[in-house]
Amino acid sequence: MATAAAPAVNLRAARGFGRDELVQRGAILLLAAWLVVTVLLPLWALLSKSFESADGKWVGLDNYITYFSTPTLIGSLWNSLFVSALTTAIVLPLAFLYAYALTRSRMPAKGVFQAISLVPILAPSLLPAIALVYLFGNQGIFKSWFPDGAIYGWPGIVIAQVFYCFPHALMILVTALSTADARLYEAANALGAKRWRVFWTVTLPGARYGVISAGFVIFTLVITDFGIAKVIGGQFGVLATDIYKQVIGQQDFAMGAVVGFILLAPAVLSFAVDRLVQRKQVALLSARAVPFTPKPRFGRDAVLFLYCAGVGGLILAILGMALWAPFIKYWPYDLAFTLANFDFYEFDSSGWSPYWVSLQVAAWASVIGTTVVFLGAYLVEKSRGFGWGRGIAHFMAMMPLAVPGLVLGLGYIFFFNAKGNPLNFLYATLAILVVNTIAHFYTVAHLTAVTALKQIDAEFEAVSASLKVPFHVTLWRVTIPICLPAILDIAIYIFVNAMTTVSAVIFLYGANTKPAAVMIVHMDEAGQIAAAAAMAALIVATSAGVKVLHVFLSRALSRQTQAWRRR
Amino acid sequence: MKDGNGPAAVSPLEPRAGPIHSSATAEPPYLVVRDLAKAFGNFVALRDIGLDVAKGEFVCFLGPSGCGKTTLLRCIAGLESQTTGTIRQAGRDISRAPPAGRDFGIVFQSYALFPNLTVSANVGYGLRSKRMKSKAIAARVAEMLALVGMPDAGRKYPAQLSGGQQQRVALARALAIEPGLLLLDEPLSALDARVRVRLRHEIKSLHRRLGITTIMVTHDQEEALTMADRIVVMNHGVIDQIGTPEEIYRRPATPFVADFVGTMNFLDGVVAAPGRVRLGDAELVCAAAEGLAPATAVRVSLRPEDIRVRDMGPDVPNRLEATIDDIEFMGSFCRADLTLAALPGADLRADFSINLMRDYGLAPGQRLAIAFPSDRLRVYAKP
Repeated sequence: MATAAAPAVNLRAARGFGRDELVQRGAILLLAAWLVVTVLLPLWALLSKSFESADGKWVGLDNYITYFSTPTLIGSLWNSLFVSALTTAIVLPLAFLYAYALTRSRMPAKGVFQAISLVPILAPSLLPAIALVYLFGNQGIFKSWFPDGAIYGWPGIVIAQVFYCFPHALMILVTALSTADARLYEAANALGAKRWRVFWTVTLPGARYGVISAGFVIFTLVITDFGIAKVIGGQFGVLATDIYKQVIGQQDFAMGAVVGFILLAPAVLSFAVDRLVQRKQVALLSARAVPFTPKPRFGRDAVLFLYCAGVGGLILAILGMALWAPFIKYWPYDLAFTLANFDFYEFDSSGWSPYWVSLQVAAWASVIGTTVVFLGAYLVEKSRGFGWGRGIAHFMAMMPLAVPGLVLGLGYIFFFNAKGNPLNFLYATLAILVVNTIAHFYTVAHLTAVTALKQIDAEFEAVSASLKVPFHVTLWRVTIPICLPAILDIAIYIFVNAMTTVSAVIFLYGANTKPAAVMIVHMDEAGQIAAAAAMAALIVATSAGVKVLHVFLSRALSRQTQAWRRR
Repeated sequence: MKDGNGPAAVSPLEPRAGPIHSSATAEPPYLVVRDLAKAFGNFVALRDIGLDVAKGEFVCFLGPSGCGKTTLLRCIAGLESQTTGTIRQAGRDISRAPPAGRDFGIVFQSYALFPNLTVSANVGYGLRSKRMKSKAIAARVAEMLALVGMPDAGRKYPAQLSGGQQQRVALARALAIEPGLLLLDEPLSALDARVRVRLRHEIKSLHRRLGITTIMVTHDQEEALTMADRIVVMNHGVIDQIGTPEEIYRRPATPFVADFVGTMNFLDGVVAAPGRVRLGDAELVCAAAEGLAPATAVRVSLRPEDIRVRDMGPDVPNRLEATIDDIEFMGSFCRADLTLAALPGADLRADFSINLMRDYGLAPGQRLAIAFPSDRLRVYAKP
């Protein structure tokens, strides 16, 4: 049989590589081109804009000099650093103890606490800010706690940020704390170490990379977030709101670009540190480690339970306020039930259409994004040869994580709105929102796919080549079915983020393509806070619904397609 | 072939390896590798590789980890592309062909079975794309599963099988497409010792039945010695020696081969005269030192089991006085640490049969006369 096939392959052999290799190389080039257009060129446009005057002339560092000599702008920089540092200092110990309770105790209801702590991820960052306005704002029931509107400013920003960042920090810390080697604890106990000593010498050092990583993630989230400062920041200017003011308010694109680049610095730094630290974290746990299982201890478990109940209660209180608010007739004077706030036509001429726009963007971004990301990760991870092409594609896939949404959105204006750009027609369409959303959340999705692909035997492609099976057959019959859970995770991740994000898309929507999260900002600006809360609640409900669907779907899927995992 | 740049091998008796089968059948070799080199950046993984494999031969690439044996196998498969050099298979130049354009089946240490497909689907995987009728595929799959001794495993998933069973399935999958060349990349290394020995015999008997040209990579000298028609010993990216298991064991071409395959004693000496070597106070007759100039510094090697104790008359050649320092019981034999009166600083190990131990009542502290059989001594000039 083999000899019969020989002449056909001979021709290809002479060319140096076969059809599989040609197709793969072509696809890698396509992927690279996609990333160049959706990530690299917009950033480049932003960079060059920051060195130009309003009429497009090269002015060198003039814009930067202007920036650093304008006191209000510099003030925002300090303000940003201040709230980011303060939030980090609060969230880190809060989340560490919570994560410790989830991983190192035998307290009851762990699953419930874990679920509660992750709920904020389903909400736009605007949501906690709106809840705080209801609780402590000018009309708030507890407004005496923050007299004279003190909540509008850094206190409000920090409280809302703590709520918003908590789950992100928690996930990292839970991972760091759950990879414990029981042998180290046994050794410490055998050597007669006291509990505190064990904590300081074994637990904390074991999780130190997680703590560092979480710290940088929180700092970056806060400094790059736009929604919270917009809603509850009042006169307290931060970098993110400055960009918005410069670009939307004053139409000063050059200065917007400068602030964007300053915002890029902490994000890039945090990204670099995180990559460095993650590499070390992996090495900590050797294959021979024995997983740690905590033993019950009443005192510790009771204290941690009360702590988690307290933190979880606060999360639910903020969430509950935000979800209750839209159903109230006239806060705080008439608490009667109403659905009037969901009649968005009363507040804005676009009515319900922003919600449908968001659903469409999320659905398209989820489907197209998952396809592009997974196939891209497959090519980067599993194709043979063409190392530099794969390396460049991977590098570009990692970039978006270091780029704040506002910065990316601004880059999109400069790039896609440029007169000479043949892609100009995309501007202000649904398509650009989809493309931007995929680019914005590319990295985490890419890493999820790469992790799943790395867990598959590295020799599948070699085996199929030896069996003369084209690579796409193995991709379809083996690789995709095995990775289906990860693929679903990616789809959900992109969907939820597309529903909740404001930062990038706030610069990109058109008259008929205003997303729901942007609508929240506009209604809040117009003082229609109840309607804003209604839209936020709608987004949370949608994200939560999709998440629940995801759980059921993956259960059904694993029954259908993952039968082979059972022994 | 090449002896590499290791310590110079001095062995006029060395049969410079050519395929042992080729002279008998006068057929051109099935696989020809010439002047192959592979570099990863600045790291040279393979250098000056030349190799002929006859049709139907079972060849083992043997060497420590990092010696380049797997890289060489992957170059032959097309999974790595060599920096320079040519590979011809069945008369066809496949130097730059992609893996799919070559004719081989491969089995990996990790089995690489598709976990979401049944055993049958795994074995039939390569047949489906050959546009065979499904009945014909099913028949072929059944035949292959019977061949590897697992006729009833078809409906199971890989995770339900033991490691040894999974490796059999991988073997069946590779053989199902009737490749001209079978490549085995450490196929037994992930298995338990017992399973390993059993599968070793089965692979060997499969090879005898099918007559398929086979190349196996291994770091286990026992595997190589028991399974291979010829062994290619590799070290630091070069081939040190190619030969039959017996040649490799009896006449290692370099100190590396001597040390890596089996256990070997090394003693420092100097060539006294053609065919004679001085070891400390003693002078030994040594055929292997024939071609060396006097005063050349050499390492003399001898296998522990070749040290002679029986029938030691006073005029036995190469007779030496020794003391037993320690005896280690190894089950079927004993390993003794000896000190030579003529060369007090040297470590010398000798394997004594249980029989010999009993007959001579050997014990630590005892002095005895031993002899180094002249034809068993190997001599390597020091670099």
